Amino acid sequence: MTVTTPNGFNLDSSGRRVVVDPVTRIEGHLRIEVNVDENNIIRNAVSTGTIWRGLELILKGRDPRDAWAFTQRICGVCTGTHALTSVRAVENALAIDIPDNANSIRNIMQLCLYVHDHIVHFYHLHALDWVDVVSALQADPKATSELAQSISPWPMSSPGYYRDLQTRLKKFVESGQLGPFKNGYWGHPAYKLPPEANLMAVAHYLEALDFQKDLVKIHAIYGGKNPHPNWLVGGVPCAINLDGTGAVGAVNMERLNMVSSIIDRAIAFTEQVYIPDLVAIASFYKGWLHGGGLSSKNLMSYGDIPDRANDYTESSLLLPRGAIINGKLSEIHPVDLEDPEQIQEFVSHSWYKYADEDKGLHPWDGVTDPNYVHGPNLVGTRTDIKAVDEGAKYSWLKAPRWRGHAMEVGPLARYVIGYMQGNAEFKEPVDKLLSALDVPIDALFSTLGRTAARGLECQWAAEKMRYFQDKLMANLKAGDLNTANVGKWEPGTWGKDVKGVGFTEAPRGALGHWVHIKDTKIANYQCVVPTTWNGSPRDKDGNIGAFEASLLDTPMHDPSQPLEILRTIHSFDPCLACSTHVMSPDGETTVVTVR
Amino acid sequence: MAELETFYDVIRRQGISRRSFLKFCSLAAASMGLGPAFAPKIAHAMETKPRIPVVWIHGLECTCCSESFIRSAHPLAKDVILSMISLDYDPVIMAAAGDQAEAALEDTITKYKGNYILAVEGNPPLNEDGMFCIVGGKPFVEQLRHAAKDAMAVISWGSCASWGCVQAAAPNPTQATPVHKVITDKPIIKVPGCPPIAEVMTGIVTYLLTFGTLPEMDRQGRPKMFYSQRIHDKCYRRPHFDAGQFVEQWDDEAARKGYCLYKMGCKGPTTYNACSTTRWNEGVSFPIQSGHGCIGCSEDGFWDKGSFYDRLTTIPQFGVESTADTVGLTAAGAAGAAIATHAAISAVKRARAGGTNDKSE
Repeated sequence: MTVTTPNGFNLDSSGRRVVVDPVTRIEGHLRIEVNVDENNIIRNAVSTGTIWRGLELILKGRDPRDAWAFTQRICGVCTGTHALTSVRAVENALAIDIPDNANSIRNIMQLCLYVHDHIVHFYHLHALDWVDVVSALQADPKATSELAQSISPWPMSSPGYYRDLQTRLKKFVESGQLGPFKNGYWGHPAYKLPPEANLMAVAHYLEALDFQKDLVKIHAIYGGKNPHPNWLVGGVPCAINLDGTGAVGAVNMERLNMVSSIIDRAIAFTEQVYIPDLVAIASFYKGWLHGGGLSSKNLMSYGDIPDRANDYTESSLLLPRGAIINGKLSEIHPVDLEDPEQIQEFVSHSWYKYADEDKGLHPWDGVTDPNYVHGPNLVGTRTDIKAVDEGAKYSWLKAPRWRGHAMEVGPLARYVIGYMQGNAEFKEPVDKLLSALDVPIDALFSTLGRTAARGLECQWAAEKMRYFQDKLMANLKAGDLNTANVGKWEPGTWGKDVKGVGFTEAPRGALGHWVHIKDTKIANYQCVVPTTWNGSPRDKDGNIGAFEASLLDTPMHDPSQPLEILRTIHSFDPCLACSTHVMSPDGETTVVTVR
Repeated sequence: MAELETFYDVIRRQGISRRSFLKFCSLAAASMGLGPAFAPKIAHAMETKPRIPVVWIHGLECTCCSESFIRSAHPLAKDVILSMISLDYDPVIMAAAGDQAEAALEDTITKYKGNYILAVEGNPPLNEDGMFCIVGGKPFVEQLRHAAKDAMAVISWGSCASWGCVQAAAPNPTQATPVHKVITDKPIIKVPGCPPIAEVMTGIVTYLLTFGTLPEMDRQGRPKMFYSQRIHDKCYRRPHFDAGQFVEQWDDEAARKGYCLYKMGCKGPTTYNACSTTRWNEGVSFPIQSGHGCIGCSEDGFWDKGSFYDRLTTIPQFGVESTADTVGLTAAGAAGAAIATHAAISAVKRARAGGTNDKSE
């Protein structure tokens, strides 16, 4: 029997149930269940977050200046973005302004994360959904070279290079130990690339693996290490000393040059490898435009990358801010993270309980009380789940909603909002890509559209790193070396009872931290993260989230080989460790109420 | 891209002679309790069936250890994955998912019973019947026990697996529990840090492959080669500490001169790790070099030792040399796992003592 959800999707759970657990090539733990009809078309989809850590509870009573380090450990893949969100939340609460140099350095670090995360996602987490590694063995190296040289000036493209790679790949496959490629879906008819394109992509898989380790040296220079560089409330921890005594112990000319040279390489790699690969791969898949889900209906972005230090208004943010609902693309609604009516979380289908589960709660009013129970239609047991009962509670993710709407967040949301605002930085590359692929704008609202937006954004971010590094240099030239504001470092200077909100656009989408500081300690801390938006379970009205919506109506070639499901879920770049909320200790009910 | 070599090819390329290789095979046979007749068989296996299977499982974690691992510059992560080990199960990068992924795991456990390495990133939560971390519909702790049962040895990647790390910080809501408290009958190598340094991770893997034994470890189960000295011991800012030259506040003149961060809360004096020597990201920097104090991320319970900006006031025997062993003695005392590990290491040591490459401490 078909049910239509309030957000306009038709669900029919009468067909065969297919379970994918674990969903691999993501951060964290995720389970997907779908029902397919007699034609193997997905008619119902269920997304279950299967990990819980409780970091927000752990933060209670801590020094707010330490919060960045705790929240950074929410995620080691999008490393840094939670830390940045955290220092912004604390600075917002304590009314701390940061120096211009700190703003530039933070932006460079955040943009470096974008470039890194998007490259690793495309080549190492997502590529195997489009690229058949085994097929690359059939490629003609000379033809591969011609293909590569026809789309890019990238120098590593000779016939000998590809022949060499193919020989090694052959030896690897013949060894019988396929390692991470074992049991892959090789030969699946959903793979559409010719052998030469597959071989080229395998080469770039390995080149990207080498390059990503160099890219993050920018984090090492400004933050001391990667993953998990260091941050500072009030600025950045790295002092700058260009020509004075002891300059070798600080960020100096040699360090700045190293950053600059890595930025140049990042721009070259995205322009000459990532974007040409994206276009080449997309051209073979432009007939596979499934996976749109919520993307043509409800999209949201908080905005990020402030051009001017301490100015988080739309005019300063280089990434767009706003919300689109009900498919009215031309109408961009303002988003206010402090408004209790806008962002709310629901738990009617999450493993928590509220006093009144018909209501959603704003993060500043968050109540969290775990309730690991299943509905009557659970197949299996509570510790051996064969199939969840999505009519009841079925996920460790809450269901965040914006004014009651399930929203999709991420690169595609940012690009569509920027495009609809008429911002040339987003509109022109999108139009260029659509024209190169000869597809209409509607093609954006798909699995492929998400993947394409991420690639375009990677190129944008690489160029913006250059912009902020130049801005930093100009400011240093003007004589300003400041990197930290210590005026309110001491807790004695803080308000007795204050609260703040910090936001970023994580590579995966809109990220917010809400902090309440009382008597110099954290009284409450709440994070609402991108994968909670995208991977959200149903809400009390039955609205489905972005993952679930994206899978509907997709035909599967063979439900026991869930390549199509992986392809679409991966296009969101899921990050499940991020979807962390307050967890109370066994037997104790924690009710967190702020204000 | 490196040649897809056998294990033998790899160690030859690293400058190990044929003679040393054969000697290693003899030692490997002895360390496994096999007679000398097995040495040629091991040599043959190493020359022809090279890559040691590794099963890499994930509990409660943030994936920073995997991210760090792929940053390795020497050896390159791709060389480790393609030429040295056979990473048969790792949900973060493997092509297969769901049933096919689980089949790959079972296949490795069965086919290489007793001969694969189990690498654990993250830790199992024990509250709520383990269902704070679910894999394949079941508690992660079940997968951990299952995969550990037939493993040759266990590597506890990072502070989560080694100590518990952030989710085990007070009040540890999920009862996140380090690996050695759940797996008590296998040798466990702890590689703490949040995350560990990339080249430390690959250094330990290549040590295992090259020398065929567990590295020398301290009483807490950490390899001495990377964890036997404090950051402070080898810090390039140490002369400023000794001279009493300290950063007093962020971005002051002293900070710009690279003075000691002790007064800003640096935990270098109590943290055992290789950051000040091996450094991070191909040696580019480490936290202190980039102006922030060490937060002590490789130490047990570092989240619960006060603010990262509180000055250390309780450094035991400050200024007097103390080793990881003496610190470890008190910390590891009650843990049965540590004893089991120690016993396993001792067995290897005894075996090695019979050879000729006995090392002095």
